[in-house]
Amino acid sequence: MQDGFSSYSRQEMMAISAGRLIRDGDILFAGTGISMLAATVAKRIHAPAAVVFFETGGIDPTLDELPLAVADTRVMSGTCLNSGLIDAFSIVGHRRLRTVAFLGAAQIDRFGNINSTCIGPYEKPDIRFSGSGGACDAGCLASEVIIFMQHEKRRFVKTPDYLTSPGWIEGGDSRKRAGLTRGGPVAVVSNLGIMKFKPRSREMFLAEYYTGITPAYVAEHTGFPIDTSGAVESLPPTEEDLRILREEIDPQKLILK
Amino acid sequence: MKYDLSGTLRLGNIMFDGILMKPTTAAADKFMSLAEAVGRFIPDGAQIALGGFTINRNPMALVYEIIRQKIRDLHVVCHSHGQGLDLLIGAGCVARLEIAYGGNGRFAPTCVRFRKAIEQGRIQWEDYSNYQMSLRFLAGSLGIPFIPTKSGLGTDLIRREGFPREIRKERKVASRKCVVLQNPFLEKADDPVVLLPALTPDVTLIHAQQVGEDGTVRIRGLTFTDIEQAKSADAVIVTCEEIVSRSQIRKDPDHNSLPPFLVDAVVPVPSGAHPTACGFYYDYDARHLNHYRKMAEDDQRFEQYLTEWIYGVKTHGEYLDRVGETRLAEIRADSVLGYRQGLERR
Repeated sequence: MQDGFSSYSRQEMMAISAGRLIRDGDILFAGTGISMLAATVAKRIHAPAAVVFFETGGIDPTLDELPLAVADTRVMSGTCLNSGLIDAFSIVGHRRLRTVAFLGAAQIDRFGNINSTCIGPYEKPDIRFSGSGGACDAGCLASEVIIFMQHEKRRFVKTPDYLTSPGWIEGGDSRKRAGLTRGGPVAVVSNLGIMKFKPRSREMFLAEYYTGITPAYVAEHTGFPIDTSGAVESLPPTEEDLRILREEIDPQKLILK
Repeated sequence: MKYDLSGTLRLGNIMFDGILMKPTTAAADKFMSLAEAVGRFIPDGAQIALGGFTINRNPMALVYEIIRQKIRDLHVVCHSHGQGLDLLIGAGCVARLEIAYGGNGRFAPTCVRFRKAIEQGRIQWEDYSNYQMSLRFLAGSLGIPFIPTKSGLGTDLIRREGFPREIRKERKVASRKCVVLQNPFLEKADDPVVLLPALTPDVTLIHAQQVGEDGTVRIRGLTFTDIEQAKSADAVIVTCEEIVSRSQIRKDPDHNSLPPFLVDAVVPVPSGAHPTACGFYYDYDARHLNHYRKMAEDDQRFEQYLTEWIYGVKTHGEYLDRVGETRLAEIRADSVLGYRQGLERR
């Protein structure tokens, strides 16, 4: 799929789509994998003044090579400041800053609450994952959250088996009532399209679907009813987007498959 | 080593009117071998905090020695941990775990032995977040019993307790996971906060780049939560890449991380964080971490790994002989960038 610029993978589309959601000057809280690609795409293509930082404490590294963990020495190189976790989380939730966190998860519900802890009962899980890490903290404290998901019925569920990181909780103003004064998910970027949340009810709806996908296909692969009536087809990535992603950001194909 | 009735760890410390008096150890007395540091400070059942983060600056040489000495029933407290934690769990050293994240980044998004131990119910565990665990160490370091945060509101992290009730009265186990309270400074407004119990581990294990002859510790690059973890503990063991002179480490004190009097044991162990990274000294050993994941997936092959890399070597020097000079040279870090440029990492 990646030989010419006329074709591209869903993974590339996800990184580029998420990158487009970033505004210049945003402070980006990045994780590993696709979120690292998206943050770098944003910075090199759409938002050169955006700052990428990591929960481990590295702020604005050069990212000449892709880090493979948030504690990779590459997140500490060429930074404006190196600190630690307490300092990093003081930035995620800082009242003066607009911070955007990229998160991934195993399950998500229609209000953008996510699970990265386990499948099955918490006390005796069928599958155990890594756990929250900084996901709960970012979900509570960041001004915006963008979530990456594989779009499958078993992942877009009515009730996640564990609520690791809060989205809009039960919708409406329930997030505020829970004591969280800002933040909440703004978009879910999946391998089929982009979901956003309705302003009042905070319910997920389909905003965009990728070329080759239909709204009906998205609805079929979602485990709860989803409004697809206003969805439009996404603009495909440009040749330049793909060139930068493949040749500058991940030339070693460490994350891109 | 045994715990006395008041729950104080006896390390040659003096009890005075029930208060633990810790005599300042002369610098020279702090320098010891891995075997001595583990033997003196880490008895069965100890609560240990692991420094480092996923695949960076894990105190691996200490982890290997704990496994070799067959220390059991450890209560591990950490935020995000990877290789060191996974081996301790896999080798059967851990009974309890308080953790935010068990993963090795791209090399194992969920640590394999950690995952198996939880799925098979072989350890007791409690989930917190990275910020929450870091705050708990901070509270311990400040001598306060708990600390408030907004993180966790509306989630299962504050609703679901992992530890069974019957262990809640035991030594170094908080009586509750957390408490949600209204902001007491406001009369009316609805403003809940989460109170988290402080952590005061028996021992914190850290791998640093340098320690001065006087015991001053220097961590280069990100410090993660190492400093809070060290300051919250009853004892601190630091392994390091090299010992430098007192005058050299005091030339740039702005770059130092811990004063000598907080450090109880210092063990110089070059490549003591392998296969995790140690900035400006070496990168992570991507090949070894990939190999480890494959071995960890199968119980028999994991035993083979333990025999080959831990039980079958007596010292960290022998371990490094097994890694080989060629491989150590391949992962040696660039002294300006801090990592190895162009390292094969797939």
